[in-house]
Amino acid sequence: MNIEMIDSKIPEGPLKDKWTSHKSKINLVNPANKRLIDVIMVGTGLAGSSAAASLAEMGYNVKAFCFQDSPRRAHSIAAQGGINAAKNYQNDGDSVYRLFYDTIKGGDYRSREANVHRLAEVSTSIIDQCVAQGVPFAREYGGLLDNRSFGGVQVSRTFYAKGQTGQQLLLGAYSALSRQISKGKVEMCTRHEMMDVVMVDGKCRGIIARNLVTGELERHAAHAVVLASGGYGNVFFLSTNAMGSNVSASWKAHKKGAFMANPSFTQIHPTCIPVSGEHQSKLTLMSESLRNDGRIWVPAKKDDAEGIRNGSIKASEIAEDDRDYYLERRYPAFGNLVPRDVASRAAKERCDAGFGVNETGEAVFLDYASAFERYGKTEASIRGLKSPSAAEIIVLGKQVVKAKYGNLFDMYKQIAADDPYETPMKIYPAVHYTMGGLWVDYNLMTSVPGLYATGEANFSDHGANRLGASALMQGLADGYFVLPYTIGDYLSNDIRTGEISPDSPEFELAEKEVKERIDALMNNNGTRTVDDFHRRLGRIMWNKCGMSRNAEDLKSAIEEIRVLRQEFWADVRVPGAIDEFNPELDKAMRVSDFLELGELMCIDALDREESCGGHFREEHQTPEGEALRHDEEFAFVSAWEFTGDPKESRLHREDLAFENIEVKQRSYK
Amino acid sequence: MDLTLNIWRQKGPDDKGHIEKYPVSGVSPDMSFLEMMDMLNDRIIREGGDPVAFDHDCREGICGMCSMFINGQAHGPNRGVTTCQLHMRSFKDGDDITIEPWRAAAFPVVKDLTVNRSAFDRIIQSGGYVSVNTSGETLDANAIPVPKPQADEAFSAATCIGCGACVASCKNASAMLFVSAKVSQFALLPQGQPERALRVKRMVEQMDEEGFGNCTNTGACSVECPKGIDLTNIARMNRDFLKSSVDS
Repeated sequence: MNIEMIDSKIPEGPLKDKWTSHKSKINLVNPANKRLIDVIMVGTGLAGSSAAASLAEMGYNVKAFCFQDSPRRAHSIAAQGGINAAKNYQNDGDSVYRLFYDTIKGGDYRSREANVHRLAEVSTSIIDQCVAQGVPFAREYGGLLDNRSFGGVQVSRTFYAKGQTGQQLLLGAYSALSRQISKGKVEMCTRHEMMDVVMVDGKCRGIIARNLVTGELERHAAHAVVLASGGYGNVFFLSTNAMGSNVSASWKAHKKGAFMANPSFTQIHPTCIPVSGEHQSKLTLMSESLRNDGRIWVPAKKDDAEGIRNGSIKASEIAEDDRDYYLERRYPAFGNLVPRDVASRAAKERCDAGFGVNETGEAVFLDYASAFERYGKTEASIRGLKSPSAAEIIVLGKQVVKAKYGNLFDMYKQIAADDPYETPMKIYPAVHYTMGGLWVDYNLMTSVPGLYATGEANFSDHGANRLGASALMQGLADGYFVLPYTIGDYLSNDIRTGEISPDSPEFELAEKEVKERIDALMNNNGTRTVDDFHRRLGRIMWNKCGMSRNAEDLKSAIEEIRVLRQEFWADVRVPGAIDEFNPELDKAMRVSDFLELGELMCIDALDREESCGGHFREEHQTPEGEALRHDEEFAFVSAWEFTGDPKESRLHREDLAFENIEVKQRSYK
Repeated sequence: MDLTLNIWRQKGPDDKGHIEKYPVSGVSPDMSFLEMMDMLNDRIIREGGDPVAFDHDCREGICGMCSMFINGQAHGPNRGVTTCQLHMRSFKDGDDITIEPWRAAAFPVVKDLTVNRSAFDRIIQSGGYVSVNTSGETLDANAIPVPKPQADEAFSAATCIGCGACVASCKNASAMLFVSAKVSQFALLPQGQPERALRVKRMVEQMDEEGFGNCTNTGACSVECPKGIDLTNIARMNRDFLKSSVDS
């Protein structure tokens, strides 16, 4: 394979000065000229809403698109636990450098130093900004902001709003966006989906969108296009993503020349509610913040595990000495707060060894008994209770836990029909986030001029594993504080371009191609539903490109996906008509792209002959079963170029230089 | 479980619409209500029919997209949950279940159980924000302490998911609970004070313009609200609105 190197345009100078000096050196567009420039924003989650609002404030004309009925519903809203920022309000030694260090280490040394440092730098402004907007973060009795700790770090730097942090942050960005819509600076197109990007003279100059209510195809032209369209976890069918979350915008951009970086880097979140049956349509996450106070265990004896599975014994009947708190045992320094990839693999290891605790054998306990006791004792002391009984302590402790995690406990009860205040929760890992995504340079521009990617849609900040509470941070950092500045550098060349016309042959051709694709699906008259194909793709991906991978499985997965894709185009059945509200057609379009992406993910996983973060190749592990990186050969970003068929994708690499951090084998022991 | 579903079918906003009967069998009590609907649609598609259109997305009770009026109640029989969190174990074998869209003049039907709630977005656009630019060059976040009880109350108001169950449950199709939740969030925080009077005035005006009904204090909205948004928010909004009218 002929591997080409790519330039990420990282500014010169010491790491800590790069962003400041870059900002002061890049080209600006003066306010009067900004009024002459149009920007398209695809997606209105944290990264999209915040960027749309910021660009409009600056003076650009923004058109924003979302497939939901309102920008407030993007899946950022479901993020529970919190958002990191190096404020050091808790005085526990936190700093920009430490947040940078934790993120690079947590990402298993596969992310770009300069981007991550910038992320850590702007993290503090995010909190200031959100508070100014009226985002109701949790506070202490003194009226100041409260923090909690999260996996993979040893400080408390996570700001939160109960278990609804994503909701509150998104509503903050949505309110900023709404303010600009009311001023006429943002034109908001809801229930619209991007069908393709349009290239004119080698630059991205617009999109073809489909009005999901009428089915009409629309041409929208602009000087630049920003994709803030989220991650692609739904390629696994079952994931914690929303039902509509999809890869289509990114994939269409990929097919028009944008490189896809590290597509196999998927985050499997350790604490989700286990699968209950064949009918399952999605999985529900239980916030990682629960690992702060909960202890994860399985029975130490196989007989006990068997008994739990067949219902003959209860968790509470297993003596303390017969429980295996396996994370505390294997990782004494971080215990239950090891990073997500480590926690997920450890759960799988125990369950594969026969210690799982539900009917399917794929669940472990997350137990709050000791937290009830610990908090209860503190609360009793605060209230000045003299020698409270054990039962009183537990009651008090449950009240404290309810105040902290009440909505999560309620959600568990709702779904699992089991009361987590009385019996330990059962959890199992599930697909949650994709670190991979469109390759972007330091300015967040993809390999296509004028096409940008922000938030989960890009690849840049989380390496091979994202730390908890860092997705919200990155989405808002990109949207509020990075893209609105860096995009000016490119747009400064467009001040005399004038309006881009959507009537050019390029737009016409792009629209025609989209129409043909839709027609092919609608006129197929097959026998199988879209979900049927999606479910089968998901099964291949989960079994062969999931928590652990090997060459043999990946090779067979590639073949199976290719066969499935052919079958899809020959036999899928899409009901209804083109020119009407037709959610099945929307879904079919998305699944057709997942069927191509899945193959590239397997190709990428096969190519990366090492284990790192969430990418665990069984052939590459330490004697203790930990991920074994091969830095000499693989300290690079794999950026794939589409050449007509996923199988023929061409690999480009961006070498990662670590100049400010010592690269070590990650240890949380 | 075997069930009989009576589902509202309506091709578009101009169609009159009607109830259609669908027997379903083999429903597992562990299914969510929407998974049961998936199962029905799967069958309809395979039989060559037109599947039932309904809004849904996160399926974990937070995006506010799902919106079914089940047996005369917004989001079905349980309290504090959205349709997507409702599970079939809340029903019995042999049950008849009637499923309708939100019904309000301000929420026209798009198709079947899907309605257009963009009126809510326009109300927020009329003033549901703090006018601060996103430069990041604001005060340090801890420069303005907010007493915890006040912060907690603002948070409770801010948890509204904008699903519209309040409107659907109200005999007048009033949007007072929705609007008052946003008004209250900012009224309770120091950041919201400078625009407090203007905000409530504009948002109430927009609410009226959208064609939502008046509030007659029946409290059905709060009872059916999946997030338990409190009626006191409406009282606070009324007080603020009156004050802003007197002051201006």
